[in-house]
Amino acid sequence: MLSPRPEIIRNASSLPSVPALIVERSVWQRLTTGDWFYKIIVVVMFCVVWETYGWILDNPLLFPTFSETLAAFINAVRSGELIDRSLYSLKILIIGYAAGLLLAALLTAFAMLTRFGAAMLEVLTSMFNPLPAIALLPLALIWFGIGNVSIVFVLVHSVLWAVSLNTFSGFSTVSQTLRLVGHNYGLNGFRFIRLILIPAALPSIITGMKVGWAFAWRTLIAAELVFGVSSSSGGLGWFIFENKSLLEIPNVFAGLFAVILIGLIMENILFRNIETRTIRRWGQQS
Amino acid sequence: MNNTGSTESAFLEVSGVTLQYTTPHHLVTATYQVDFEVFQSERFILLGPSGCGKTTLLKAIAGYLKPVEGTISLKRKQVDSPGPDRMMVFQDFDQLLPWKTILQNVMFPLLVTQKYPQKQAEEKALEYIEKVNLIQFRDAYPHTLSGGMKQRVAIARGMAMEPDVLLMDEPFAALDALTRQKMQDELLQLWDDTHSTILFVTHSISEAVKLGSRILLLSPHPGQVRAELNSDGSDSPREAGGPPLSEEIHQMLFAQSI
Repeated sequence: MLSPRPEIIRNASSLPSVPALIVERSVWQRLTTGDWFYKIIVVVMFCVVWETYGWILDNPLLFPTFSETLAAFINAVRSGELIDRSLYSLKILIIGYAAGLLLAALLTAFAMLTRFGAAMLEVLTSMFNPLPAIALLPLALIWFGIGNVSIVFVLVHSVLWAVSLNTFSGFSTVSQTLRLVGHNYGLNGFRFIRLILIPAALPSIITGMKVGWAFAWRTLIAAELVFGVSSSSGGLGWFIFENKSLLEIPNVFAGLFAVILIGLIMENILFRNIETRTIRRWGQQS
Repeated sequence: MNNTGSTESAFLEVSGVTLQYTTPHHLVTATYQVDFEVFQSERFILLGPSGCGKTTLLKAIAGYLKPVEGTISLKRKQVDSPGPDRMMVFQDFDQLLPWKTILQNVMFPLLVTQKYPQKQAEEKALEYIEKVNLIQFRDAYPHTLSGGMKQRVAIARGMAMEPDVLLMDEPFAALDALTRQKMQDELLQLWDDTHSTILFVTHSISEAVKLGSRILLLSPHPGQVRAELNSDGSDSPREAGGPPLSEEIHQMLFAQSI
């Protein structure tokens, strides 16, 4: 027969002392675990491949190298032209985006408060969300003439449905318990939406705003490309179109570069900042 | 301790309440003609196996659904909608608002119901956060807290409103056994301090015996009142020589069930 295994009891004071519970990580460790490190590597690799390919092709008219593009970009920025064009585009974009957000807010609030509103939102978004905003431009030109009103109209169309859809689905997935908590405090109607639903659905709302922003940005550039021809002053799209006509291909690339750059800045600085201050801090997004 | 003889009349009155809810295919009767009365400063427990409609009953008292028959009245006023005079503590950990810190969570109902202005609301909130021993976490966000701490915040939030009755829907059911025991002790201490009227739903007999001053037994499918017993928390026999209270409850609930 086996004898029972001996029991082990340790005195707290006889335990070996633990070296250090919390150790600061080195700069290199912190760097390589961060998001930015790998993103920068990807960007650098992209630029190297671009440069090499352009250099091998050796045809600046078709495909300028990265350094040529960069030089053209810096020149265009220095002369102030690119900045003016970008600001012009951004101004229209912000008007259209803000109007789209406002309408989306009204539509979803109406949808949350009445059953008719909910049905309306569902039918309208399923009808119009798949319709590319740029497809409405010919109609808009007939209705509103050539000008910024037509562009704002298509921008509103590109923002409204994406934001409404995301916001509404965000509202519908707010947990039952949080709703009960809100009603428990006697919150109803607009106060309930403002104090409970909007903050609780913020992850979806921000996603909708990002998607709406991207839609609006590409719709704007496309719209400017289409009827920039007949407009005397114009934005970034018009800058690209103009330089293509003049066969200033490095400038075309510089224009595209500006489009990408503005997109990156909005995504990685503006929206990232909003997320860090809200949903990340609240633990609703890791 | 003083007997609650000063308010002999019922504080919360539930009479002949039948509750039904619909599923896509059926109309289900959750409780059938339930009567009971809760007096001020009682720790009143609704106890029963799952399917006895105790949570549905609590939700009806909270005002989330209306009885198809019978009435519920608090301080002689009929209950017809949710309101902050009946603060509710839920079972789920996600009942705290994730976008608010602990302090803001406790202050929120005090402010939106305009019970107190900002400064007094903060004092009141801090007082109750202190009572549940979370004062050093007052500026933390809920996602950084453990389950037990979240429930303590929810209890502080409910009690800080000093509601007529605090409704608790199995608040400790999702906790581990050790934390659960600790929370039960803390709740009793809190009650010693505040003498709030508490209506507590549970399916655990030992929890009911430990926490309750009066226990309502409900039978399942549909919920009907089987008994209303007093408890002093010690689980002693009701009559000399009889079985301990918890055992007697166990027999009542399971002896004649199908």
